[in-house]
Amino acid sequence: MAKKLIRSVFDFEEGFIETIAEVPEKEPEAWAPERAMRVAGKGHPRVDGYARASGDARYAIDIQLPRMAYGRVLRSRIPHGRIRKIDTSEAEKVPGVLGIMTYANAPKIRWYRNSYLFDPHLRYEGDEVAFVVAETEGALEEALHKIRVDVEELPFVLDAEEAMRPTAPKLYKSGNIRDGKPRVYQRGDIQKGFAEADVVVEDAFKTQVVHHAPLEPHVCVVNWEGDRLTIWESTQATFRVQQGIASILKVPLNKVRVINAFMGAGFGSKLGIEKHTVMAALMARQIGRPVKVVTPRKDEFLSMGNRPASVQKLKVGAKKDGTLTAISLWSVGPGGAYRSGSAYLGTPVREMYKCANVRTEEYTVYVNAGPARAMRAPGHVQGFFALDSILDELAEKIGMDPLDFRIRNIAEIDQVRKRPYTSKRLKEAYEAGARAIGWYKRRNKVPGSGKGPLKRGLGMASQIWGGGGGPPAFATVEVNRDGTVVVHSGSQDIGTGTRTIVAQVAAEELGLDLDRVSVVIGDTALCPYGPTSGGSVTAASLTPAVQAAAVEARERLKDYAAVILGVDPEQVSYKPGRYYLTSDPSKSVSFEEAARKMGNNMVVTTGARGPNPKGYTINSFGAQFAEVEVDVETGRVRVLKIVAAHDIGRAINPLTVRSQFEGGIIMGMGYALTEERWLDPQVGRQVNPNLHEYRVPTLAETPEIEVIIVSEADTKANTVGGKGIGEPCIIPTAAAIANAVYNAIGVRVKELPITPDRVLRALGKA
Amino acid sequence: MKGLGTGLVGTAVATKITVAGPGAEEKQESADGRVLVALKVNGEVHNLWLEPRTTLVEAIRDHLHLTGTKIGCNRGECGSCTVLFDGKAVYSCQILAVEAAGHEITTIEGLLNGEEPDPLQRAFVEHDAMQCGFCTPGQILAAKALLSKNPHPTREEIVRGMSGNLCRCAAYPSILRAVESVAKKG
Repeated sequence: MAKKLIRSVFDFEEGFIETIAEVPEKEPEAWAPERAMRVAGKGHPRVDGYARASGDARYAIDIQLPRMAYGRVLRSRIPHGRIRKIDTSEAEKVPGVLGIMTYANAPKIRWYRNSYLFDPHLRYEGDEVAFVVAETEGALEEALHKIRVDVEELPFVLDAEEAMRPTAPKLYKSGNIRDGKPRVYQRGDIQKGFAEADVVVEDAFKTQVVHHAPLEPHVCVVNWEGDRLTIWESTQATFRVQQGIASILKVPLNKVRVINAFMGAGFGSKLGIEKHTVMAALMARQIGRPVKVVTPRKDEFLSMGNRPASVQKLKVGAKKDGTLTAISLWSVGPGGAYRSGSAYLGTPVREMYKCANVRTEEYTVYVNAGPARAMRAPGHVQGFFALDSILDELAEKIGMDPLDFRIRNIAEIDQVRKRPYTSKRLKEAYEAGARAIGWYKRRNKVPGSGKGPLKRGLGMASQIWGGGGGPPAFATVEVNRDGTVVVHSGSQDIGTGTRTIVAQVAAEELGLDLDRVSVVIGDTALCPYGPTSGGSVTAASLTPAVQAAAVEARERLKDYAAVILGVDPEQVSYKPGRYYLTSDPSKSVSFEEAARKMGNNMVVTTGARGPNPKGYTINSFGAQFAEVEVDVETGRVRVLKIVAAHDIGRAINPLTVRSQFEGGIIMGMGYALTEERWLDPQVGRQVNPNLHEYRVPTLAETPEIEVIIVSEADTKANTVGGKGIGEPCIIPTAAAIANAVYNAIGVRVKELPITPDRVLRALGKA
Repeated sequence: MKGLGTGLVGTAVATKITVAGPGAEEKQESADGRVLVALKVNGEVHNLWLEPRTTLVEAIRDHLHLTGTKIGCNRGECGSCTVLFDGKAVYSCQILAVEAAGHEITTIEGLLNGEEPDPLQRAFVEHDAMQCGFCTPGQILAAKALLSKNPHPTREEIVRGMSGNLCRCAAYPSILRAVESVAKKG
């Protein structure tokens, strides 16, 4: 396949990455919305479902190698201090201990831009102090307990607003505000905008720190064979891990292999290279044995990331007819102790609703607590809670239905980049969702007017997200002599069903049944490059590359079909699964018959993702509608039903799309009602670093969920027509629930999670 | 970097341990304190030399190499380690291997007939009752325990029977659909 180089801008999480990408000279023909789809676009059980349901699937935590040793990080028990001395002598004597690494003997590898692999300045409970490797996990635990750390304790700060003050304890010489200043954005004239408004509302909102809490913790198994390194890692980013390790350890890329065939989820916590993987690689090379690191569940909470808390102060203004004239946002959130994820959250304000005058001022602040990591739609989940809450307040003050208010303020174009969207079916989403939940008929005209003590209410919120993906992304297709196919695809399947949609796209193009296509994914040695599974970019990046590889494969097989038909290849046409004489379609051969003609030849092709369309923004859109029941005597909120209506381009597998939405919605419900990190302010330590007291949703809280996809293939975005969904699903849920609670009880809870005590306090009962 | 390699595992332990279970009279003990435990897993008896502190899940995963049973928290809070203990769903991370001697342990692998999946496994795949799949073996075994005691449970009974298994991907709606489909067929 002929290719060329372009400069590609790739929307990833809260930023844009500019990169040089190789794309096909000629892209495959796009699959139009009207195309009759046979395999892709249909619901299919996962092709790896049997592996997961039978216990066959091997996750990184399941990898067992001969002579494998175990490693674990010793973590700081205090929130802020400086190590004076570490004494590992007693620990070294524990039978079975093979090595201990600390800042005293480890290479000084840069980390977080302003720190190191081991930094004697400890900045949070969970900070890395030492790394121990031992023959057994028992010996490991004994040794960890015997390491003596002499620490000078320092005053600590946990709260972001407090940390901004010049008198707060400093984590860095340059101060606690990241970059020393906020991120500021303006468009239009904010003063003029408020002056033009008929109604202005100002309010403040707070959200809590929540954790990703994937069921499989962070795990790696590292094995050297001579100078070649193999790493099994539970990661969303096999290529990033490969590149990171190669760069840090100064090993050439051809000698580093990262494998991740199955992983127990990540939600954003596994997007990069981990310190413990570097430590394990260093030790494994030293002792000449594989090293396995399994992060204990407590350390998952302390050190493996979180969605930061937020304080958001919003001011919004609109005309009597509901037209927004101005939105102003000031926010601050704790990014944690190091430069990791951020607390920025202004994209909903800047992009969701049509408004000419907008100003956002956002701070990320260092505090002595676990570093943030991008968590499923970073910024957006927090941002929409505040924004959609205050817009409901504004709509009420104007006397307008909150849904009608949103419909009035639909933005036709991307107001930040000042260009059109490839597709936008937000209005259809609003209307479909409203119909499904019975919005106009069932919503309380007077909030809180139900009889009680169980009061019901409806609320809604909106969604916008990137997820258009882009090049570079590659796939290879091998056609076997029996007409079956193996696809090697970059990226990894983090539980989203990537393996399955890759198979579906290849099967669709080649006219094959799904089980005639196998997929190899999640192995840097066996697969060409594919993007990190984050930002909801995977499906939109990979599937067009798979399609392109499949198209080239069927073109190459045309030569064999032509031989069977006894003509030149130019006289042969193709429709999925069949080659026929253009002049006489009754003369045809199947894809399989053409393949059989290959004998011992094998057709191997590579496909590349085509470029994103210039001058367009690729976004997904949607809305969620919540019905809740609040017990005004206990304060308990129950979510009865969520209707989710979204524009996500083509649903490549409606079955796994539904699963993804249900999953994101329930996680959003946990964010709204029960999940929260508790830090003891006296000692600066986490009170609930476990799955019992950190309350993730259980089966018992499952609400009724209806998912409506209002879109069809978006072929302007890419040739397969899908947009990403992993994050859109969670974005509006908490905001919709909060608005529903207001509609149910007539008072607004402006702080998450909406726990019973907060409801009772809002009702004046506590 | 300090490297040590003594390779020794513990020293001789003097005390003997008695373990409940049919046929377990005198405990056999090795010089380094390990005891001989007869574990019956998926119908097969395995004689394993284990440190007494070894949990059932560690014995299953690290000694029998049956890695279908997972460890999510190691504290009895998530259910990833669920196995059947005489037909009852239990957290195998909260049971010592020595306690399990003489009992029938069933892991997810035990539900297969050769390579043929059991109806529950089939239903989980058909209804997409999984995403990352890490909790799936535990979910299926919890469902199995429930259905063997109560073949036609109501939704509330399914919820009560399976709430001890967390799914962070929240495949709950599909899990309910899958279990209900098997329950209906009886």
